[in-house]
Amino acid sequence: MVRAEGVHKRYGVLEVLRGIDLTVARGEVACIIGPSGSGKSTLLRCINHLEKINAGRILVDGVLVGYEERAGRLHELHEREVARRRAEIGMVFQHFNLFPHLSVLENVASGPAIVKRTPRATAERAARALLERVGLADKADAYPRQLSGGQQQRVAIARALAMEPKLMLFDEPTSALDPELVGEVLAVMRSLAEEGMTMVVVTHEIGFAREVGDQLVFMDGGVIVESGPPRAVIATPKERRTRDFLEAVL
Amino acid sequence: MVNSGAPRRTERRPGEIAAVPVRHAGRWVAAGIVLVLAAMLVHSLVTNAGYHWATIKAYLFAPEILHGVVITLELTGAAMAIGIAGGIVLAIMRLSANPIVAGASWLYVYLFRGTPVLVQLFLWYNLAYLYGHLGIGVPFGPHASASTNSLISALTAGILGLGLNEAAYMAEIVRAGIISVDAGQSEAAASLGMRRLQIMFKIVLPQAMRVIVPPTGNETISMLKTSSLVSTVAVYDLFGESQLLAARTYLPIPLFLMASIWYLAMTTVLTIGQYYVERYYARGAARALPLTPFQRLRVTLPIWRLRPAGPVTE
Repeated sequence: MVRAEGVHKRYGVLEVLRGIDLTVARGEVACIIGPSGSGKSTLLRCINHLEKINAGRILVDGVLVGYEERAGRLHELHEREVARRRAEIGMVFQHFNLFPHLSVLENVASGPAIVKRTPRATAERAARALLERVGLADKADAYPRQLSGGQQQRVAIARALAMEPKLMLFDEPTSALDPELVGEVLAVMRSLAEEGMTMVVVTHEIGFAREVGDQLVFMDGGVIVESGPPRAVIATPKERRTRDFLEAVL
Repeated sequence: MVNSGAPRRTERRPGEIAAVPVRHAGRWVAAGIVLVLAAMLVHSLVTNAGYHWATIKAYLFAPEILHGVVITLELTGAAMAIGIAGGIVLAIMRLSANPIVAGASWLYVYLFRGTPVLVQLFLWYNLAYLYGHLGIGVPFGPHASASTNSLISALTAGILGLGLNEAAYMAEIVRAGIISVDAGQSEAAASLGMRRLQIMFKIVLPQAMRVIVPPTGNETISMLKTSSLVSTVAVYDLFGESQLLAARTYLPIPLFLMASIWYLAMTTVLTIGQYYVERYYARGAARALPLTPFQRLRVTLPIWRLRPAGPVTE
């Protein structure tokens, strides 16, 4: 579902990603861990083309996200086409980024209503079903700021799911939450994984990575240091840097 | 404490401090001075025959004056509409990735903000000296045209002059509003597959309104008064009509006071309108909207308390 080959990303002279190769199969949950500044979030943002990569290529479901290959050359896609491809990739942010001027229901319905031009009533019916699924049916008419962090993040997940994505990206979805609210968000993510959603999750929740993840990726300094089945990587890390990191966080 | 809709009242607890408050002699003196000055002003307003209160009353609703009021409102409305629409376009242009487009917006603001609006009004009024005919059509191809004087009346010149000048100021206000919205909002919208203009009009601008509305209200009130400049290019707005009447009656003070009363009344209405517009765009920004003055009155007055008094607490 996701294939990254030799991905490089620079900000000025700072090289944030230095040759990333990653494959995530359909229905797989890949968890990316690593110290801050290791490029985890940048990699995630490159997958849906919020950031342009400088070298290498990223394919989602077999197609390049921001480009098109014609006669052996890459052509940048028109923003209309980029937006269309992005619509198939859901993203959940560390700070939720819900639209504060819209009610919870409008937040969830906004994607289909604006992007797919789904009729309001249909979009809202679907939105209610999604809110039900994340356990927030009673908050449909509230505004984001009236909700707790955990509730906001669950709305954000529902908002991303409303576009019926084939891939979900999670950028440290529980890092901005009070500890007692982490569980409710992880529970929603777990049920999503059980339903077979392909997910790439940047996280500090090693427990979640171990129990839900199919693949664990440890990044440091812009490269993938080690990856493999989560239990194996956590129990017997091969690399010294992985070992040091896991010792520090566990 | 049963089920009354009234807010709970705190009981007077035993041992509450009942200290003698500090006496503020200075406050009494200051208040005294202000009251004496106010009394002197009122006295002069009543006794000085030069105010001609009867004249003010006689002309307040004169047809010429009412016509002037309508012209002033039209000018303000049309100029602000051009200003706001132009300001949004200029602000979006200014934030464009295309340097020519961004530069054009910068130049516009530079020119229109850097020259007096009065001068601009005269330029628009006298446009016919520069371009005798105005037309539209394909460049170097067929086109239709008409004489400038027939297209740009004095009122049109006034609206153009005020509106295009206002657009320069509104551009900066709108730009400040757009910049104030967190970049995460655009990213979230982009990740849902929205396109740039959809993000701007559905997500960013509605949130920017909270920052844009208060200075825009200010600009509208300012425009209401600045519009009096058009009386210099032969538009008979409220001030222009007052001037005519003043010249005819030889009573400038009462007529200009009368104009002031009208301006004050109109700004009062605008101020109230601004309050409600701001309140509308505060949706979602505060956990609970503050009560309107009317709602607060309902909560305070005991008669209405018997009915459920709206959201007093969360």
